[in-house]
Amino acid sequence: MTALATPGPLDRPAGAGGGDALVRFERVSCGYDGPPVLRDVDLTIRRGAFVGIVGPSGAGKTTLLRAIVGVVPRVEGRVTVDERAVGRGATAGVGWVPQLETVDWNFPATVREVVLMGRWAEHPWRAWATGDDRRRVDGLLERLGIGGLAGRHIRELSGGQQQRVFLARALIADPALLLLDEPTSGVDLKTRDDILHLLADLNGDGITIVLTTHELNTVAAHLPWVVCVNGTIVAEGDPDDIFTSAILGRTYGADLRVVRQDGLVLVADAAPHRLRDAMRHRHGDVEHAHHEHEAHEHAHDHGPARDASDHEHLP
Amino acid sequence: MNLLSEPFAFEFFRQGLIASGLVGALCGMLGVYIVLRRMSYIGHGLSHSVFGGAVIGYVLALNFYMAAGLWGFLSALAINATARRRRIGADAAIGIVTTASFAVGVALISKTRSFTRNFEAALFGNILGVTPLDLVVVGVVTFAVAAFIVLFYKRLLFVTFDPEVAPIYGVNSGVVDTLFALAMAATIVASINVVGVTLIAATLVIPSTSARLLTDSFGRMIGISTVIGALSGIVGMYVSYWLDVSSGATIVLLEAAVFLACLVITSVARRRPTWMGQPIPVLARERPADDFE
Repeated sequence: MTALATPGPLDRPAGAGGGDALVRFERVSCGYDGPPVLRDVDLTIRRGAFVGIVGPSGAGKTTLLRAIVGVVPRVEGRVTVDERAVGRGATAGVGWVPQLETVDWNFPATVREVVLMGRWAEHPWRAWATGDDRRRVDGLLERLGIGGLAGRHIRELSGGQQQRVFLARALIADPALLLLDEPTSGVDLKTRDDILHLLADLNGDGITIVLTTHELNTVAAHLPWVVCVNGTIVAEGDPDDIFTSAILGRTYGADLRVVRQDGLVLVADAAPHRLRDAMRHRHGDVEHAHHEHEAHEHAHDHGPARDASDHEHLP
Repeated sequence: MNLLSEPFAFEFFRQGLIASGLVGALCGMLGVYIVLRRMSYIGHGLSHSVFGGAVIGYVLALNFYMAAGLWGFLSALAINATARRRRIGADAAIGIVTTASFAVGVALISKTRSFTRNFEAALFGNILGVTPLDLVVVGVVTFAVAAFIVLFYKRLLFVTFDPEVAPIYGVNSGVVDTLFALAMAATIVASINVVGVTLIAATLVIPSTSARLLTDSFGRMIGISTVIGALSGIVGMYVSYWLDVSSGATIVLLEAAVFLACLVITSVARRRPTWMGQPIPVLARERPADDFE
């Protein structure tokens, strides 16, 4: 196990990270039984950074996170956390928040029991919770806005509260780095907003945060630093700079349009529009579909210029 | 009082009572993990597999516990290894390993018909034939499994709840899984003479499932399941003495009755906002709490 130094308060606002390199990938290819999921990855995550990883399903987003904690079976190249090489086995000082969809909500576990899992290594041979354990859980739950719920079963909570329970499990061992696998998938708008603000607060306290997400507009576009992944690193940077049709097209292999207005970045999927064209074409309403297409193109005149040859027509 | 103490005059009853109480507690305790890890079918299959090992041991004139235990442990590891190959489902893997193993036992018995009666006891349990050695084995296994569960409590809980994430937090799930397979094989071998191959799965599954209905806490579930198992073992032994029916079957039927009672109690609780002034366990609750109240 490698241990991380506890982060100090940051002098400058978090974003790409103002500090030294906390996580470093050097020519890393990694995967499971078959061909590598990720190839030739060079990536540096700085202390204090707040990073989003985006990419299509199967692109290697979660594998990238798993490589940081040393649970990807085949790794070529070098991954370091706090300048120490990550080997097989977990890396101390890193908190992990899984996708809520993977949790067995019928499992008999109270909030306190789940949170204390994150602290198992403190007294590994002791079955019962100490007074100190209980105080820490209560304090942490209070801080995360779910105080008083320690004795409740995890299924009795709302989506936002459940996400906070797993955040608490990750935070109870005072990690310097927090990894979250799609923390906002399957939650409603308000809960997503609450979770992102909570993560921003934690980042403000000096915790480095890396999360994966499928939500380009509602999550990734608001983050200070985004890494586009599709089998390798396609691009990384401020979403204002890297959210372009070309980069997102290479990341997702899909026709995406980027609209910039009033400081907002909006990524729109062109596929439904093309699908509609194809459907109308198939039903013989070619003329009508053509007009619709033209009207749509005009509506996007303020967006970045696109090459007509980029169009892929559905068969 | 005299009625209660009467059977204690018999050595076989005293030994049987201790054995059934210990086996009930042991299976109730370990059964929690078997149920929550969705390994009930493995428990059932493993007991059949152990039977094959016991017959082979008998033919080769080996010690029953050594032969059955080793065979059971190897079967558990074989099931684990086969199930990891994604092309074969875990249920199919268990079916192949355990039924083949059981078939070896049946084939050997049919070949040499002289010891059929001994294996009838192994199949259906013969608590009245519990020897002092059996009692020692049951005692040692119960103590060892209890020690394993206490010492590995946090790791077992984490691996059972979240097998993907536990290694990320530093839990060596390979070691935990192997020790668990060993504990499961030992439990089944120790219980085989008391409840029999055909009924072991029930003693592993029913107390823990009943306990699940009564609590939402993992720690309490283990406690309740152990108590249900132990009490069913002891009371079942008494009842079987008075009714003069098979003790293994009586114990299992008693556990089934306890499960039914738990089911009725929690079903009644579901219709009311609270039951006996206590919060209703989650299985009886359907409406989630409001978000960030």
